[in-house]
Amino acid sequence: MSAWRSKSVLPGFTISLGSSLFFIGLVILLPLTGLVIQVAELSWQDYWAIISDPRVVASYKVTASAALVASIFNLFFGLLMAWILTRYRFPGRVLLDGLMDLPFALPTAVAGLTLAALFATQGWFGQYLALWDIKVSYTWLGIVVAMVFTSVPFVVRTVQPVLEEFGPEYEEASATLGASPWQTFWHVIFPEIKPALLMGTALSFTRSLGEFGAVIFIAGNIPWQTEVTSLMIFIRLQEFDYAAAAAIASVVLLVSLILLFVINGIQQRYQHISGALK
Amino acid sequence: MSNTTGSATWLRRLLIGTGVTLSVLLLLTPLLLIFIAAFASGVGGIISNLQDADMLHAIGLTLLVAGLTVPINLIFGTLIAWCVTRFTFPGRRLLLTLIDIPFAVSPVVAGLLYLLLYGSNGPFATWLDAADLQLMFAWPGLVMVTVFVSCPFVVKELVPLMSTLGTEQEEAAVLLGASGWQVFWQITFPNIRWALLYGVILTNARAVGEFGAVSVVSGTIRGQTNTLPLHIELLQQDYNTTGAFIAAALLTLMAIATLVVKAVLQWRMHR
Amino acid sequence: MSIGIERIRKSFGSFVALQDINLQLPSGELTALLGPSGSGKTTLLRIIAGLEQADSGLIRFNDEDISQRHVAERGVGFVFQHYALFKHMTVFENVAYGLTVKPKKYRPANAEIAKKVHNLLELVQLGWTADRYPAQLSGGQRQRIALARALAVEPKVLLLDEPFGALDAKVRAELRRWLRRLHDEIHVTSVFVTHDQEEALEVADRIVVMNKGRIEQQGTPEHVYDNPANPFVYEFLGNVNLFHARVKQGQSQIGNIALASPEYNNQDEQQGLAYVRPHEIDVFSAPQADAIKVKLDLITIVGPVVRLEALDESTGQLIHIELPKEQFKTLQLQQADTAWLLPRYSKVFLGEGI
Ligand SMILES: Nc1ncnc2c1ncn2[C@@H]1O[C@H](COP(=O)(O)OP(=O)(O)OP(=O)(O)O)[C@@H](O)[C@H]1O
Ligand SMILES: [Mg+2]
Repeated sequence: MSAWRSKSVLPGFTISLGSSLFFIGLVILLPLTGLVIQVAELSWQDYWAIISDPRVVASYKVTASAALVASIFNLFFGLLMAWILTRYRFPGRVLLDGLMDLPFALPTAVAGLTLAALFATQGWFGQYLALWDIKVSYTWLGIVVAMVFTSVPFVVRTVQPVLEEFGPEYEEASATLGASPWQTFWHVIFPEIKPALLMGTALSFTRSLGEFGAVIFIAGNIPWQTEVTSLMIFIRLQEFDYAAAAAIASVVLLVSLILLFVINGIQQRYQHISGALK
Repeated sequence: MSNTTGSATWLRRLLIGTGVTLSVLLLLTPLLLIFIAAFASGVGGIISNLQDADMLHAIGLTLLVAGLTVPINLIFGTLIAWCVTRFTFPGRRLLLTLIDIPFAVSPVVAGLLYLLLYGSNGPFATWLDAADLQLMFAWPGLVMVTVFVSCPFVVKELVPLMSTLGTEQEEAAVLLGASGWQVFWQITFPNIRWALLYGVILTNARAVGEFGAVSVVSGTIRGQTNTLPLHIELLQQDYNTTGAFIAAALLTLMAIATLVVKAVLQWRMHR
Repeated sequence: MSIGIERIRKSFGSFVALQDINLQLPSGELTALLGPSGSGKTTLLRIIAGLEQADSGLIRFNDEDISQRHVAERGVGFVFQHYALFKHMTVFENVAYGLTVKPKKYRPANAEIAKKVHNLLELVQLGWTADRYPAQLSGGQRQRIALARALAVEPKVLLLDEPFGALDAKVRAELRRWLRRLHDEIHVTSVFVTHDQEEALEVADRIVVMNKGRIEQQGTPEHVYDNPANPFVYEFLGNVNLFHARVKQGQSQIGNIALASPEYNNQDEQQGLAYVRPHEIDVFSAPQADAIKVKLDLITIVGPVVRLEALDESTGQLIHIELPKEQFKTLQLQQADTAWLLPRYSKVFLGEGI
């Protein structure tokens, strides 16, 4: 303890470390043990039966596939937005830049309610999509739309600073050397932004896997078809089957923690590469 | 721009056009719809919906939850940031990873974690019963899960800033005889106040808007444990779409205010 | 107040930053800590200040062990390399800070603080900047404000970490002369860090040359420059040419040139390396007995001085020479001409491969 403190003359080591440990212990770690206790009470067979129940497995598939498609969409959309926001000047750019953060500021229930109304069969978008026989509300596609909306900012906000940092001189240098725009992108820009792009997409995927508020409004929550895993946990809770809820939650939690470590890993490599972001 | 060739201009227009169109469809149209739908039954409809007792209660509860969550996360977030940026000690990196967990965990799982621990079947149930404390399905539970889901914001704003600021100014103050309290308030705080406020704004937006975690521990008891986002769902299930959109519009105003303050703060911090 | 540094050791993890530092700095002197990057200068300075704790050893001020004393009680003024001015405070507030944070009992009245701050600002010749913010000052001005701020609490010891490091050459030179005059005026025991040997030689009463966490040599600038204790100090104190030499009975031989080496009076024949500074070499345009024959590769005129790079074609060695421009003109040499060199003086260190 005194050996630790001697490292710095700045005040507040004991109190700040003490309160950090207290807070993280009480708010983050202790609740995690609650889940472990609950799951430990199940036998392995019961646990397996719950998490491999066909309806639950169907929900994994729905969630994972929708999250994957949504994050891939955001990969391209986010890259496009980051690009035009950093490389071009046009009227309304500042407003557009601010708009990118809307999904983080807007409560997910509001997003869900609104998207559901937009894509309903008589909704602003729904009525036109109906002409093409495309149904979004109460389908898997609706889940994708909700996930896309709620995770838009991740890719934009991780790629944007990198693009800003290396500036247009890079592309200009490449262009003066006779490279085509496509070659410039592929050989000069892409390698620079790859880690950020990867991280943004991973963050977007993680967020989409857990998304609940926006999804349940638009998904219709039809068993086997449009139930996401978060909703399965919720349904088990409403049946007062806490053990089953905990078992399914443990699967979701494990996946999120693995993703968290992957993202942290990317971030560290990323710092080594560009040494920039934060 | 330096693009002079025809194909570059063409590409540029295509990219901007696509980006703007998609953003308008995906982000701006929903905003418009919220306000148009909220005004569907006119100003009278808005007033009568806003005077509804359950709506008023939901607004009040939401303000209470945010009003407690924000200071808690502000104080502990600042202490955590101070601890990890001003001292080196074993386990420092682990602490930074642990504080990220709430962002990775699905909100429903977050709510469940608290329900399992403090609910009527949890390890503390007998003790809580004896003390006649009801945490779950009551407002304390709402605050607890909201603290959980929004605790990383302040830390994530402060840590990078405080690392780049370094410790020299604070060391200089200590050398000149300043006390710990003086160092923080006179030297550190003026340097981090905008980032701190930014963290508060983000914490607040999340605290006000949280849905998944809150819906697990609330039980959605009308007029008792119903926050505004939960109330939207109830109203919609009651087929009071206008009412739902009026509640949504209130939350959207908060979101827009958040974005404006955020833009101003970012502009200030970059100066 | 004198500073005593005894057996100070410090490591960061497994990396040893300081090993066994012993140093006595007499009261009222201006000492330069000189050494290459990473040699532990800042670490030593921070240990003296109390910003860092040594793993072992003591620091004494006037023979009193203050190792366990808190920074604020040591009475040191510290000037950081990047100034560490409080950027949200005006210059006045910055300089006054050490006085305004004093407990009420000891705090001077506001008028007194104001007077003192203005005196200090006059001392550093920046009275007119009182109401400005640090961002509105130039680097040299910020540096002087940082100094004024450190002096406000009347420190008994003044420590400066690369005070001129971030400034351009001209401002540096001005400021270091100014610092010397200031020191002569206030006479507080001062230590400053630098990795610029010219700065150390010009300003300090005493220089301490550090390398890899050790002290290589200390003494007056003149003494250290004239009698470098080892090859490292020699090379660090300016450009130097190295020649293979043989030492025998008070003489050293570079090729056929014999030079006096009285320190080796009783030495049997030994191999060594002779260190010859660029200005310790005579240049001739006509052949001389035993002289080194060279081709002039590059001639650079830097103000009143001429620098030559001469190639010894027999060994491939490049020799650096400096001489006054007047003298060079009388030689009437051009680039690519042949010339003859005779070292006037050398310092030989024994051993083959240093
Ligand atoms: N807090 C620290 N943690 C780990 N290593 C450190 C720390 N501070 C200094 N070091 C190491 O100790 C050695 C000496 O550092 P120091 O800052 O004293 O060098 P210096 O002589 O001041 O160099 P410079 O001229 O570059 O400022 C360096 O190799 C440095 O990497
Ligand atoms: Mg240094």
